[in-house]
Formats: sequence, C-alpha cells, structure tokens
Amino acid sequence: MTTSAEPYDEVVQRDFGGLGRTVVHEGELPRHSTYTRALHWTVAIFFFLALLSGLAVYTPWLFGWLSPLFGGGAMTRFLHPWFGVGFVIAWFFQFLNWTSVMTWTEADSKWLREIGRYVKNEHEVEAEYVGFYNGGQKLQFWEIVFGGAVLLVTGLLMWFPEISGRIAVAASYVFHDIAALIMLGGIFIHIYLSTVGQPGTLHAMTRGVVTRAWAWTHHPAWYRQITGRDPRADYEEARRRQTERARAIAAFEDDETKPKTERRPKDT
Amino acid sequence: MATERTLQIQAISGHVGTVPGRGAHRDLEVCKLVDVTTCIGCKACEVACVEWNKYPFRETTFNNTYQTMPSTEWNYWNLIKFNEHQREDGTLMWLMRKDQCMHCADPGCLRACPADGAIVQYTNGIVDFNQENCIGCQYCVSGCPFNIPKFNSETKKVFKCTLCSDRVGAGLEPACIKACPTGCLHFGTKSEMKELAEARATQLREQSGFADAGVYDPSSIGGTHVIYVLHDAKHPELYGGLPADPQIPFSYTYWKWIAKPIGLFIALLGLLAVFFHYIFTGPKRPQPEPRDVT
Repeated sequence: MTTSAEPYDEVVQRDFGGLGRTVVHEGELPRHSTYTRALHWTVAIFFFLALLSGLAVYTPWLFGWLSPLFGGGAMTRFLHPWFGVGFVIAWFFQFLNWTSVMTWTEADSKWLREIGRYVKNEHEVEAEYVGFYNGGQKLQFWEIVFGGAVLLVTGLLMWFPEISGRIAVAASYVFHDIAALIMLGGIFIHIYLSTVGQPGTLHAMTRGVVTRAWAWTHHPAWYRQITGRDPRADYEEARRRQTERARAIAAFEDDETKPKTERRPKDT
Repeated sequence: MATERTLQIQAISGHVGTVPGRGAHRDLEVCKLVDVTTCIGCKACEVACVEWNKYPFRETTFNNTYQTMPSTEWNYWNLIKFNEHQREDGTLMWLMRKDQCMHCADPGCLRACPADGAIVQYTNGIVDFNQENCIGCQYCVSGCPFNIPKFNSETKKVFKCTLCSDRVGAGLEPACIKACPTGCLHFGTKSEMKELAEARATQLREQSGFADAGVYDPSSIGGTHVIYVLHDAKHPELYGGLPADPQIPFSYTYWKWIAKPIGLFIALLGLLAVFFHYIFTGPKRPQPEPRDVT
C-alpha cells in the first residue's frame, strides 16, 4: 500500500522550498514544508478569529464577553465575515495543497473499521498500511473542506441579505451554525491528538520534522516509503536495544551498590 | 400590572357614596387603526412621520404610480401603497394602504435579533429599536414578515417606525394620526380600536356591499398593534402585499432557543471526551517508550 506522499513532498519542495528552511537533525525525518506549515497556521489563526467572533454573535447571552476582544458587538459583526474571507482564502490553498495526499483509500476504510482499537491505544505501533495520513486525519481534513464550503455559501447569503432574501438568511444561519459546531467539536480532537494526546506530533507543524520513532509508530507505511526501511524491524531493533541498554545499566548499578570485597576484579 | 394601579383612588375621606373609578381597569396596550376604506392617499401621514422624526425628505421614485417609492426606507418609515384592483364585475378599485411597522405581539425582529438590548417591546405593545445596541447583522430584516426593518449601509444600523414611542410616552398620539385629514387613522387602546374596527367592518358588510369586509389583526403572530379595516379581508395580499398568514421563520423560533444551546453542548462534549481520554487512556507516545516500572 503506497500513498502519494512522495510526489506531494517533491512538488511542494520544488515550488515552495525557497520560502524557508526545515532543519532536520539526526534521527528526524522532514514531514511538512514551510509552505504547508504557513498555510496550516494561517487557516488556524483565521479559524479561531472567526470562531471567537462568531460565538459572540451565536449565543450572546453565553459568549457576549468575547465581543469586547473585537471592539464591541457592532465591530465583531463587521469583522466576522472578513475573518471568514481570510479563512476561506487560506482554506482554498490548503485544499489544493493537500487534496492528493488526503484522497481516501482502501487503507483508510480499513483503518476506520479498527477505530475502536485506535481510540483505546491498543496498537503498540499503527498497522503496516497506515501512510502519510491515517483515516481519522483525512476525515478531519474533509470535514473542514466541506464545513468550510457550507460556511462560505451560507455566510455569503447572510452577508448580503438584500440579494439573498429573508428566507435564505433565516435558513442559512441554521446550516452555518451546524457546520461551525461540527468543526468546533472536531477542533478539540485535532488539538488534543496533535499535542498532549500524541506527544511529538506538534513538531511536525512547527519545525516541520518528526522523529523516526514517531514515524514508525504512527505512520509505518510513510516511514517505509521515505526511508526504504522496514518500520516493524526498526521498531523491534529499537526495542531490543532499549532492553539491552536497560539490562546493562541495571548490571552496572547492581555492581556499584555491592560491598567492595564482593566486587569482581576489573578487566585491565 | 400592580405598579400602574398604585395611584388609583381606593378610598376618599368624608365622601358620599362609592369611590368613583374604583376597580376600573384600563387596557394598557395601545393600537393604531387604519381604515383603508376612508384613506384618500393624501400622504399627510408620510410627511408628518418624516417631519416628526427629523429626517430630510428623500428622493422619490416614479414608477407609473402615485406611490412615493417602492418600499419604506431606513429614514422613511411610513408609506402609502397604491394598488389598482379589478374586481370580478369589471369595476376598478383603488386600494391605498398605509404601510409601516405592525408592532406585532410576537415580533419576528425581536426573536431574530442577537444583540443585547437592540430591540425592546414595551408593555403597551410598541416594538422599538435601540440603534446604539444594534450590531448591524440584519437578522431582524429576515425575521420580519412585513419587510419593515431597513438597513442604513452607512451607519450599519437598522431603523423602522417607532409608533412614535416618544410621543405616546408623553400622552400624545403618533404623528401620522395627528396629520390624517379624513379620520381614517385612529389611535387608542387595543380593545377600543378592535371594537371600532369591527363596527366599521360590520357597517361595510351591511351597508356598503363589501361582503368580505373585515379586520386585519393576524393571530399567527399573536395579533398586531397596528390593525386594518379592509374591504376584502379575505385577500389582504391585494393591498400591496399584506401577508394573509404572516410567519416568523422556524429558525428564529425553535432553532434559536432550543437547538442552539443543545448544539453547543454537544460540541463541548468533544472537549470532555478528549479530556477524559487523556485521564483514562493516556497519551500514545512514539514506540518504544520507556519501560514500565511495575
């Protein structure tokens, strides 16, 4: 099972490699180009600006305290659609950037059937077939793509009510709300898994690199693809070394604590 | 309404007989009655409205009709709608209806508005906009079944007829009522106006040959504080698009008050889910992780 990760990386490196540097240290693998990272954070910033300003208008009796952040109710209402425009532009380029690598495959369907074990952390390392992105990450991506499309269309209808008419506005805001709520629920999971839920993941989006251990644990097929090595064998090897190292340390410490008379003569 | 009755006389010292006015109850809800059958389309009410509210006279739009402009505007709250209507017997009727805010008992604008304090409804029935609290979202425009709230794109605020709440609060009648030369406009309590309207409708039915004459006070929005006497109450649409069954969109009634908090709660469950996932299942580290001590 292969993914289109390699051509994707090549294309991005060729077109946007000049934008910045991704420093890869020993034991690390490059994962996201500077372009991808810049897009991701642009989307993220506009997402949260739109989310916070939107919540203030969504349920003012609950989130009215957010509107002073944006200069009061009227200014919040004025800025919200512009945050949306910023989001949609970055979202569109991100869509182009990730479409190929996010395409749903047979492996993702297989992953999704096993999602229960993924949630319970039952796998030591992910299944062999999990590539650059797993099914869950792809779901998150497509949820944002389709959610963003709904937000865009309904948002425009509400922004220009004199063109769209009163019933379109009244209906639009229901769908605008539902899309935003689904994305709000999704963003909790996204942030959790990329930070404390799976340590080592955040670096992929900040410095652009991940450790080899991270790669063979979470994305074995991608590891195999870019290193040409067997993820399972490398993992077993790392585990064997760890056991050996632990044993050696234990033996050493054991030796240190013994009375001097019982010590074996040292090799010279 | 205990507060309004505190200054009613309960007992009088050294007074012979019963206390005058004791136990009297006055209906606090105000109402404007528009008898379209006696309107002559003079537009004095339009002028009085603009004058009282200190708006400049705006440009008119000539559209092969005597109507001043196609619809009310943010600074033109009162408009006589002119419609020519051919009856079944071939005779022509010229229908003139004074269009303005209806001051609904269940106002769609107020239901739709997300801004704290931008729309208020007084106990006397007047629905009023407070522009200083308006955020300019225009949801009120889509909530209104009568196409009344109008947006000023320069100030980003919405305006409409106030039923002269400033005049009514001082014990005066609205400016349009004062200006009407034919007496087709009346102002009083809701029950008085309803009674007057019904009497006039009966007169129209019995003496003027308008078999379908009646009062327009739509129950679908709990009644209105502006009511009409129409020659043909069965077809209010003829009078410049008066809706027979005005409705507030479903999303402003059920969705807003029930689904919104529930939806938010479900989204927040995502936050709880990941929190407890961390507590009960814990993080998944790159393998091999440091070995267990136990």
